[in-house]
Amino acid sequence: MERKTKVHAEDGKQEILITREFDIPLELLFKAYTEPEIVEQWMGTKVLKLENKKHGGWQFETTDPQGNVVFRANGTIHEFVPNEKITRTFEMENTSFPVQLEFLEFKKITDDSDSHRSKLSMQIIFRSVAYRDQLLQMPFALGINMAHNRLQNLVNKLK
Amino acid sequence: MNLRRDVFQAIADPTRRAILLLLTASQSMTAGIIASNFNTARPTVSKHLQILTECKLLEQEQKGREIYYHLNPQKIKEIADFIEPFRKLWDDRFNKLESIMKNYNPDNYQKNT
Repeated sequence: MERKTKVHAEDGKQEILITREFDIPLELLFKAYTEPEIVEQWMGTKVLKLENKKHGGWQFETTDPQGNVVFRANGTIHEFVPNEKITRTFEMENTSFPVQLEFLEFKKITDDSDSHRSKLSMQIIFRSVAYRDQLLQMPFALGINMAHNRLQNLVNKLK
Repeated sequence: MNLRRDVFQAIADPTRRAILLLLTASQSMTAGIIASNFNTARPTVSKHLQILTECKLLEQEQKGREIYYHLNPQKIKEIADFIEPFRKLWDDRFNKLESIMKNYNPDNYQKNT
């Protein structure tokens, strides 16, 4: 199976690189990041605020079926260039996790045969290597992947 | 040795990843043969082999006077799996994004960009 989403986390670096190619045009890819109703659908979170402009702010919130807030994050948008890039901060509320800096780059894939494809590169920069590693491990901790008990044991072993 | 020798450190370096890839293709190789595949100086390759061996991604096997290196498949599987939940999380989100946008109909959304 081809892995469309690639994650690159070089050891000793305070960053994660996520890249993904989409079978949709650049304009639609960018729109998926700017229209609150669409962001809500694919991120699986409520969009409380999304100001698509320089110095704009954003805030997302996730609630459990009982309505309790389980996750809330916010940030500031530093650069906003339509169909090109978004630079923003990301902060998880009510955690000790320091704010992250995210560089999102949107590109058209130009291979003459098919120009309806696009690519996203996301560079996330962390305060320290340790925080980077912690975030990488978070999907274990949050139990997003249910079949990971064996892997969890591995993580513990590596500590 | 107080240096952290874990698999993450091991796979961080491009030369070390190339060594792992090389050994994926062949069964086992001596340090000399591995080094001959790189432009890097021999002692540098030896250092990489040492690190890969210390964190058990590679295993050594004595055959006569030569030491052969081969992959430890179990350990390889472990690192392949480690980042996977994080990757999967984003892959799932992006798959959703893609399918939503393939069916995108502007009339269903407020136009605000």
